[in-house]
Amino acid sequence: MSEQGPGGLNPNRRDFLVKMAQGAAIAGTGGLLWDHLLHQEARAAPYALRPPGALPENDFNAACIKCGQCAVSCPPVILKMEPAGGDLPIGTPSFVARTGPCIMCPDIPCVKACPTGALSPKLTKIENARMGLAVIDIENCLSWKGLRCEICHRDCPLKGKAITLQMEDRGLSRHTVFKPIVNSDSCTGCGICEKACPTQISAIRILPHHLVQGKIGDHYRLGWTFDTQITQDFKPGAGAPPAAAPTAAPGSVVPPGGKAPGMDYLNSGGL
Amino acid sequence: MSAPETRRHATQDNHSIPTGLMAWRYLILRRISQAGILLMFFGSFHWAWHVAKDTPLLSGNLSASKFIGLIPLTDPFAALQIFLTGHVLAQESVIGAAIVLGFYLLLGGRVFCSWVCPVNMVTDGAGWLRSRLEIQPIMHLPRSLRYFVLAASLIITVISGLAAFEWVSPVGMAHREIIFGLGMGFTALLAIFLFDLLILKNGWCGHFCPLGAFYSLIGRTALLRVRFDKTTCTSCGECARVCPEPQVLNLKKLEERGYVFSGECSNCGRCTPICPEGSLKFDFKPLIRTHNAQALAHADAIDVQRRTK
Repeated sequence: MSEQGPGGLNPNRRDFLVKMAQGAAIAGTGGLLWDHLLHQEARAAPYALRPPGALPENDFNAACIKCGQCAVSCPPVILKMEPAGGDLPIGTPSFVARTGPCIMCPDIPCVKACPTGALSPKLTKIENARMGLAVIDIENCLSWKGLRCEICHRDCPLKGKAITLQMEDRGLSRHTVFKPIVNSDSCTGCGICEKACPTQISAIRILPHHLVQGKIGDHYRLGWTFDTQITQDFKPGAGAPPAAAPTAAPGSVVPPGGKAPGMDYLNSGGL
Repeated sequence: MSAPETRRHATQDNHSIPTGLMAWRYLILRRISQAGILLMFFGSFHWAWHVAKDTPLLSGNLSASKFIGLIPLTDPFAALQIFLTGHVLAQESVIGAAIVLGFYLLLGGRVFCSWVCPVNMVTDGAGWLRSRLEIQPIMHLPRSLRYFVLAASLIITVISGLAAFEWVSPVGMAHREIIFGLGMGFTALLAIFLFDLLILKNGWCGHFCPLGAFYSLIGRTALLRVRFDKTTCTSCGECARVCPEPQVLNLKKLEERGYVFSGECSNCGRCTPICPEGSLKFDFKPLIRTHNAQALAHADAIDVQRRTK
C-alpha cells in the first residue's frame, strides 16, 4: 500500500499518535506548573488573621472569591486584600492586629457582606468569632514582671472572660503581681490587646490557633471533669454513690486492713 | 459614479472634529465604561461613595460586588470555579452570577472583555503600539487555545480544590490592585503588554484568557450584534485590519448569516465606524433579517433604476 512508510508504519497514524503525545505533554507540563503555582500561593505564610467567621484556612481559600466586599463594609477599614507578590495567599482579606484590630461590631457587617459564605453566616454573635488566639510572652509582659500595667485586660472587649487577672504574692514586697491570663474558650482574637500593649514590641499577640494551640489527644480521660461510677467514689465529700455500688460509700471509714471502698465493686461482678 | 463611491467620498471629505470624534465614539465610550466602573468601585472603597447610610454605591470588585446595596453581581466563571472546588456557594453569589450571566447572554458575552475588563486597556495599548511600530510576527498559536486553557482551569480546579484561574488571574490582580491597593500585579500586566507587543499579536485576550473563552461560549445568543450588509460591502478588508479577532469577520460566514455570529466578537465597535461603506453596524438580532432584506430590496431597486436609465 502507498500509505505504508519505510518500516511498514502508517505515517498518518504515526503523525496522529505523535500529535496526541505532544498535546498531552503540553497539557501535562502546563497543568502541573499551574497546580504547583496554586499550591505555592495558597500555602503562603500561614499566619493570616482572617475576618470573623472565616472558614478553616483550606475551605476559606477555596470559597473566597476575592471580591473585597468585607473590606468595603468594615467600619474601621482594617481588612487588606493581599496583593500579588505578598506573603499571604493572594487576593484574600486579612488584618494586622498591632496596627488595626477588629473592633468586634455586634452586627458583623463583614460576614453580611460576604457573597460566597467564605465568612460563614453561621456566625451570628461576634463573641463566638475565633479569628486567632492571644498569646502572652510572659518574659516581656510588664504585668508578669510585677509592674501595674494590665492594659490588655482593661481594653479586652471580653474582660474577665477572655483575659483574666491572676493575683500572686510577689514575695519581695507586700505588692501583689497581677498576671494577665488568656482563656482560649472566650478569646475571639480581635487583637485589641495587641494594639493596646505598651511594650516596644507587643508582649501579647494574636496568632492563628493552629500555630499555638496543642492537643492532648482523645485517649486522655480527665476523670475529674465528668462523672463516672469510679470517679464518684473517689471524690471527697461527694454524695451517695449510684445504687449499683452499694458497698462503696464515699466518706465511709475504711476499716483497717480492708480494701479501699472504691475498688470493691470491680470484684463484685463475679469476674 | 456608483452609489458606494459617492458615499465613500462623502465620509473622507468630512474630516471635521465632530466626525473625527464620531469615528472614535465606541473607543471613547469603552474607555469611559471601563474607567467608570473601576472608579465606582474605587470611590465606594476609598471615598465612601454611598447612596444611603451604610449602603456603598458599588462595593467589591469585578469578581463579586453589590450595586447600591441591592443588586448582587458575581463573576459567573469565578462562581463556577468555586462551585467546582466543592464549596456550596451562598445564595447571594448564585443570584449574582445568574444576573451577570443573563446580562451577557443578552448583550454579548465578550462585551465584558471590551467594555469592562481593565486588562483590555493594556492589551489595546499593546496592539496599537504593535501596529504603529509594524512589529513582525515571530510565532503563531491557534486562537482555539483559550478553550483548552478554559478546560484546563476547570479540571485543575477540581483536582486542587482551589479556583484555578482566580488565583493566577491577571484580570483579577488588575482590578483588585487598582481598587484595594497596589502590589506586584502590575508586573503581570507588564508581562502581558510585552507579550502582546513583541511576541504574539492579541496574545493574551485572543489566545490565552480563559475568562474571555468563557464569555465567548455564552456570547452566541446575544441580541446585540454587528449586522453585515452584503449589498454595500466592497471587501476592502478595513474591518479585519482593525479587528482584534479578525476570524469573526470571515466574509463567507458573514454573507451566510448576515451578521457577526461568533461569540468571539467582543462588540468593541472598531469595525463599525471604520467601514467606508457603512456595511457593518450594531443591530438588534431579531431585526437583522428584516434589515438585511430591506437593504437587498433597496439595492435591487437601485440596480433596476440604473439599468432602465
